[in-house]
Amino acid sequence: MTPEKVKTSSTTFPSSAEIVSEPLGVIMVISTWNYPFLLSLDPIVGAISAGNTVVLKPSEIAPATSSMLSKLIHEYMDSSAVKVVEGAVPETTALLEQKWDKIFYTGSCKVGRIILAAAAKHLTPVILELGGKCPVVVDKNINLEVAARRIISGKWCSNNGQTCVAPDYVITTKAFASKLIDALISELEKFFGKEPLKSQDLSRIVNSNHFNRLEKLLDDEKVSDKIVHGGQRDETNLKIAPTILLDVPEDSLIMKEEIFGPLLPIITVNKIEDSISVINAREKPLAAYLFTDEKKLEEEFIGSVSAGGMSINETTLHVTDSSLPFGGVGESGMGSYHGKFSFDAFSHKKAVLRRSFAGDAAARYPPYTPEKLRLIKALLDGNILAIVRALVGW
Amino acid sequence: MNYLLSWIFQADLPVAAFPSRAELVPEPLGVILVISCWNFPFGVSLEPLIGAIAAGNTVVLKPSELAPASSSVLANTIHTYLDNKAIKVIQGGPSIGEKLLQQKWDKIFFTGSAKVARIVMTAAAINLTPVAVELGGKCPAIVDSLSSSWDKEIATKRILAAKFGTCAGQACIAIDYILVEKKFSTTLVKLLKAYILSMFGEIPKESVGRIINKNHCSRLRKLLDEPSVKATIVHGGSYDEDALFMEPTLLVDPPLKSEIMTEEIFGPLLPIITVEKIEDSIEFIKSRPRALAIYAFTNNETLKKKLASETSSGSVIFNDAIIQYIADSLPFGGVGESGFGRYHGKFSFDMFTHEKPVARRSFLTDFWFRYPPWNDQKLQIFKSAYRFNYFEIILIILGLKKS
Repeated sequence: MTPEKVKTSSTTFPSSAEIVSEPLGVIMVISTWNYPFLLSLDPIVGAISAGNTVVLKPSEIAPATSSMLSKLIHEYMDSSAVKVVEGAVPETTALLEQKWDKIFYTGSCKVGRIILAAAAKHLTPVILELGGKCPVVVDKNINLEVAARRIISGKWCSNNGQTCVAPDYVITTKAFASKLIDALISELEKFFGKEPLKSQDLSRIVNSNHFNRLEKLLDDEKVSDKIVHGGQRDETNLKIAPTILLDVPEDSLIMKEEIFGPLLPIITVNKIEDSISVINAREKPLAAYLFTDEKKLEEEFIGSVSAGGMSINETTLHVTDSSLPFGGVGESGMGSYHGKFSFDAFSHKKAVLRRSFAGDAAARYPPYTPEKLRLIKALLDGNILAIVRALVGW
Repeated sequence: MNYLLSWIFQADLPVAAFPSRAELVPEPLGVILVISCWNFPFGVSLEPLIGAIAAGNTVVLKPSELAPASSSVLANTIHTYLDNKAIKVIQGGPSIGEKLLQQKWDKIFFTGSAKVARIVMTAAAINLTPVAVELGGKCPAIVDSLSSSWDKEIATKRILAAKFGTCAGQACIAIDYILVEKKFSTTLVKLLKAYILSMFGEIPKESVGRIINKNHCSRLRKLLDEPSVKATIVHGGSYDEDALFMEPTLLVDPPLKSEIMTEEIFGPLLPIITVEKIEDSIEFIKSRPRALAIYAFTNNETLKKKLASETSSGSVIFNDAIIQYIADSLPFGGVGESGFGRYHGKFSFDMFTHEKPVARRSFLTDFWFRYPPWNDQKLQIFKSAYRFNYFEIILIILGLKKS
């Protein structure tokens, strides 16, 4: 990567400067199970392109992919530069005791804290790609059919909700809720048919742990009577049908944690503007979505809601563009990558300043006098008149 | 045909996202904790504070208790002139620091030692708080065999100003030690001695900065007390612990395993390490932890190139020292053991900002192949769309390309 030339000011005149990108060293990439290839290879590509070496620890919850990644990487890539270490908690703990130059982690907030605490022992910088409850605000006067399709696409067509940027819950007005639900149900049937559990296009839940976790959310007595669509499950095949719930209580389990599954609660408010305070009462999510035709609401939403990223009139779109940084803020993570941001994430930007021996200000050197101090002040201000005055002793 | 299509579909976003546009919106992180240091209490407190406020955050500043006068001036001035709802100063020592670290911050900016930085980052981990740590290290200065007397004079003055003239060497970017070719070392020592005299006078006690406190004074004294180190002193070596004074001291080739060569000195003691060829200094530096800055006084362009590309450090400065601190267009920060995160100028703004991508789509177009039920044809179109191969998409739609 060519060094980036930067301008220098009168304070360091004469000089020239540039910012040189250099590798950090050895990167540890801890990947996850929902997009095991993408979330392993994307950071590896960034790390290698910046000149680093990499150790990848794929998720043990996707064991077939983990062993395929290990086999292929060791077969096709330079093993002295890229290694795969498979394993679970004990292996990860052992890896975290080593000193890395940067750690890149994709996963849950709970484990994110463990990673950060381990990194703190060696003062290792980290990138944490976590999750959160990504809200979708749905206004009236929109193309409801298209909006419904896009919400379904982001939720149920993305690993059946097991995606960090999937819409977690919807906020809409009390007046509009039934129209939205009808549109969602209608489009859901077009996508997955009358018996969604039989659809080939509906993803399974990754394992029985998560299946039971999602069942618990549904069986919570606070919400079990709020289901307006779906709710069917198939434990043998680990499938849960697209499920919509209406007006679940704020303190229900399903509204406390990231759902990461095919359950979509719809919260209703009186005025659509109230949705902003509902979102801001929670931790900052990885993504926030808004469907609206109102410019004013759009501006207020963008200006008042903090999230890793946003899409307007779409879901998950912003993560497909490699010219946009992908990452969280607050509880949803720190650091970002994708495209050039990946290169930058794994680089050290070294400042290089070149000065010559010509052009020297005696005022810099001791012994310090009030006159020298005046000149230095004038130089730092860049005030030509003051500089002249200081030089002639006026 | 291909060209026509590429002109129409010029978006960076894949065609499944057409038409759309995107932007990056910088937003504040929230409440920032700035933990500052005692050597440049104003600079190291106000510079991050300015960055945090410029980015729209609120700030709590904890100045160092080791510089109590500056700490209370900062507290009084900030509370008098700045908005107390947005900026607060909390004074105190380690126990106050501990209490502050138990709170939930949106970012913590820390300047100081690696030992305390670990405590800060461990506490931050509980709340998933991002941190930036500005540490130190042993910043080496490579001094090449300069021929012109002007160059020799300027180089010597800059080295001395960067060591003894900068808080008596108590600066993270002060020159820690020098690397010089054996055959030039005598000349260099002579020059250094001469200019120490002209810069600091016959009675350096009156012109050199004090050591911050008795603890650090005895720490520095201990570095010199090692007999194998004491024997290598060629200038200075005296001190007055009650007056918190250490004389500008030069040493030539103290043992490499001695503490003065393994720990950051942070004081007015300047070891000069001699090497056979000046290029050997690069290996010397590479075998040690990465420093906040590497300095090189040389006119040799090959050496400059080799140094910049073969070593890693926060920054590299040629023919000067310390001055990078005021070059606002350059990021200021460390790498590896010298820290992470960078600031100064716009980098300060960026450090306390979350750059939020916002992508907008219109309802106008929607692509059917995005939605289930999926089939081979839809998947093929998806693949082609992702590769921006729009011609292929048309072929597939027209049935002219089989899946």
